[in-house]
Amino acid sequence: MGTLDFIIIALALALVAWVNWYFFLAERAHAAAAPAAARAGGVQEVTIAVEGGYEPRTIRVRAGEPVRLVFDRRENASCSEEVVFGDFGIRKYLPAFEKTVVELTPPRPGTYDFTCGMSMLHGKLVAE
Amino acid sequence: MTITKITKTAPTAPSTHPAGTSPAPSPASPPGSPETVVIPVTGMTCAACQGRVQRALSKTAGVVDANVNLMMGSATVAYDARTTTPGTLVEAIRRTGYGAELPRAEESAFDEQDARDRAQEEEFRELRTKAIASAIVGVVAMLLSMPLMAAGARAARGVVADPFMRWAMDSLTPALRGAAPWLYAIPPAAISWTLLALALGVMGWAGRHFYTRAWSGFRHHSADMNTLIAVGTGAAFAYSVIATVAPGFFVAHGVAPDVYYEAVVIIIALILTGNAFEARAKRRTSAALRALAQLRPATARVARGDAEVDVPVEQVMSGDVIVVRPGERVPVDGEIVSGASAVDESMLTGESIPVEKQPGDRVIGGTINGTGAFRYRATTVGEASVLSRIVRLMRDAQGSRAPVQRLADRISAVFVPVVISIAVVTFATWFVASHVAGSTPGAAAVRAFAAAVAVLIIACPCAMGLAVPTAVMVSTGRGAELGVLIKGGEALQRAGDVSVVVFDKTGTVTEGKPAVTDVILAPAPARGAGLDERRLLSLVASLEGSSEHPLAEAIVRRAREVGVPVGTAESFQSHTGRGASGVVEGHALAAGNAALMRDWGVDVAPLAAEVERLGGEGKTTMYVDVDGRLAGVIAAADPIKPTSRSSVERLRAMGLDVVMLTGDTERTARAVARAAGIDHVVAGVLPEGKVEEVRRLQGEGKVVAMVGDGINDAPALAQADVGIAMGGGTDIAAEAGDVVLMRGDPRSVADAIALSRRTMRTMKQNLFWAFIYNVIGIPVAAGVLYPAFGLLLSPILASAAMAFSSVSVVSNSLRLRRA
Repeated sequence: MGTLDFIIIALALALVAWVNWYFFLAERAHAAAAPAAARAGGVQEVTIAVEGGYEPRTIRVRAGEPVRLVFDRRENASCSEEVVFGDFGIRKYLPAFEKTVVELTPPRPGTYDFTCGMSMLHGKLVAE
Repeated sequence: MTITKITKTAPTAPSTHPAGTSPAPSPASPPGSPETVVIPVTGMTCAACQGRVQRALSKTAGVVDANVNLMMGSATVAYDARTTTPGTLVEAIRRTGYGAELPRAEESAFDEQDARDRAQEEEFRELRTKAIASAIVGVVAMLLSMPLMAAGARAARGVVADPFMRWAMDSLTPALRGAAPWLYAIPPAAISWTLLALALGVMGWAGRHFYTRAWSGFRHHSADMNTLIAVGTGAAFAYSVIATVAPGFFVAHGVAPDVYYEAVVIIIALILTGNAFEARAKRRTSAALRALAQLRPATARVARGDAEVDVPVEQVMSGDVIVVRPGERVPVDGEIVSGASAVDESMLTGESIPVEKQPGDRVIGGTINGTGAFRYRATTVGEASVLSRIVRLMRDAQGSRAPVQRLADRISAVFVPVVISIAVVTFATWFVASHVAGSTPGAAAVRAFAAAVAVLIIACPCAMGLAVPTAVMVSTGRGAELGVLIKGGEALQRAGDVSVVVFDKTGTVTEGKPAVTDVILAPAPARGAGLDERRLLSLVASLEGSSEHPLAEAIVRRAREVGVPVGTAESFQSHTGRGASGVVEGHALAAGNAALMRDWGVDVAPLAAEVERLGGEGKTTMYVDVDGRLAGVIAAADPIKPTSRSSVERLRAMGLDVVMLTGDTERTARAVARAAGIDHVVAGVLPEGKVEEVRRLQGEGKVVAMVGDGINDAPALAQADVGIAMGGGTDIAAEAGDVVLMRGDPRSVADAIALSRRTMRTMKQNLFWAFIYNVIGIPVAAGVLYPAFGLLLSPILASAAMAFSSVSVVSNSLRLRRA
């Protein structure tokens, strides 16, 4: 094996490390820095952009108080046409290029996942 | 249900009417007449919450009347449209900390389904157009690249990039040379630039969404199928651009300036083709729901005075009288006031025989009238109608998740980054191995590159994501066709695992209302002259016509059925727990149990043996005394449904234990169980006892399905692993059930369980194939078979395999339509 081979191996390892860092570790850091929901008129309200994913992916809210999530779907990819809150039994169709409101009240502190209809896109609702 | 009501006159409403009069109703909203809006309110958990919302609303200017209903989670507000708007009311509710949303017309179950269908149809058309266009460009690109590759091969500068293309070139070159020799005269550089333009066009138009979606996912630190396609085709394209723009750079390093443009175009064409097929198949998975949503007719013929007016179905109000002619569809739910017909309810209940309807009977919107005509009064309309509730329930069920999907979810969450890592490792391994084996760095890079791209392209997380949801959609749709509403993936999965079926006797195994089975006369000398069965029935029916006892109703019904006259009693007296007495046509009559007869000094001995026998058959008996003499005995029983026995047999054949629970006495229960072919009977249980019994079976490790009418056995349905509510046609609000049977036919229980079992099998097959496809496909694409068999997968073949894998999963789910 020559120098070139070692360079290729080193580059490959670095790339693998970066991919896993970016999609797993950095994703978590990104999620942890999620903003808390604004409290407008007594209701916690967050707007979530839906475009190849949910932005923000993690929403922090207060448990036991109503939450109003406004899903702003900015695409027509069928992957994101539904949002599912399994813990709340909510499943909502999100028309393309429209805002759709989902209202729920997390009963107790905890993490409640939400996904698209096919469970390919993921988001978290963290109740504190 | 708790309803508080505060009525308050809007302080700002100008008084345009003298006190005590109300504005005259008029079609155009006159000044001062209040508008009414129903606002769904969320987050209310107690009466205090309700009170808060109520107070907030009543304090809002312009509110005339506010009703907040905790159970329904809604506020019905009458308001003055000049002073306030529904939006203001919503804001007022939100300020109290509860959620409120303007009821939007387009959110009806039907319209939402329509919107969705349109979006899906549009997606399919778009994908199809793009797939066809890119396939045409792909063929052109392939033909164009042949002379280019021939030139490369002639120069012996290295391998042809894509093994599939190498094969295609070897087999097609002679023909192409013969057909279009001029192609080979075009300078390679010109061909390369043409291909670049074609590939860029296809990527920027047909494949654009792969890149934009991959990018927006990437910004959110998430990766999906689009990421893999974008990285795979993007890398191939970038490599080719460098080879086109600066071929000298490659040649200087001993590498052939090969281009992959045709591969990029064909990969995109194949994936789009797969997506188009997938979109079409996915549309078919919701066909049953679509068919239901289309059942609702657009207009109804409403009787207004002497005239009949066609009005849009949305404008039909509860209480309107609707005229239905032969062959027409019933527009909304209601109750027949005049006329009679047989109505085909198969689309909602799965019952193939039309149901006879008479005045007083319920009809359901969406069903089809037979040859008769009738008028009926609308009861439930709009979102509360049976059809609308079914559509909503189905829609929720179709999108729900089955626990079996958790494994797929866990895999798909890490799938794409792992595949990218594998692709990188594949590249490094191939490069180093080829280089060490003596290839030039250029040749090594080309081969390594093809393998890495193949890995990215072949990996398909979509098949795993589709495996379970498509099966849930198809099977809940199929269930609806059979008159079985399954409330979601979890219910499906549990129903597939059921090991014992518990029937609550009344209303499931039996009809749920008693019917007269025997009319027996006392021995001739004792009973008095001129009395036969019909006369006896007639007398007793006339007496019992005044009673509301279930047995009394059975006797009156029977008398009507056999056509004997039913008069009215001249006097009537009820003896609680014993029976009734009175005078009919001048005869003193008493009908009741032995205790009543004793009170009347009648000897029941002549019929004691008969009564004993009837009791042994599980029947309830009633002695009849006419003018102080024992005339006879009438027996009634809750008859078992004609299909109970075959249903129990079928469940047994499926390997299930069948148990019957009832509050009746042991003797009655045994008689019914014998007739239905049920071995295990638990008699004399109170409603709480039913829950205990289900719990006991669960304690034995059984997975219990409880079948009940969903009203008085709701706790047992909830306790069971699967609660099956027998709705009997219209009562799908039987919320306690995980499964609602639209027909009161016990055979539907076996249908529901059989369908669930097949669905589970399909889900497992889907997951297995989706998983195995990736487990085998990725290593093969990476080249693990190369050392032993010299087998290497081309990126083009990889894209074909990937496109096929999702389509095959959806197609497998679609087989459930024939379950």
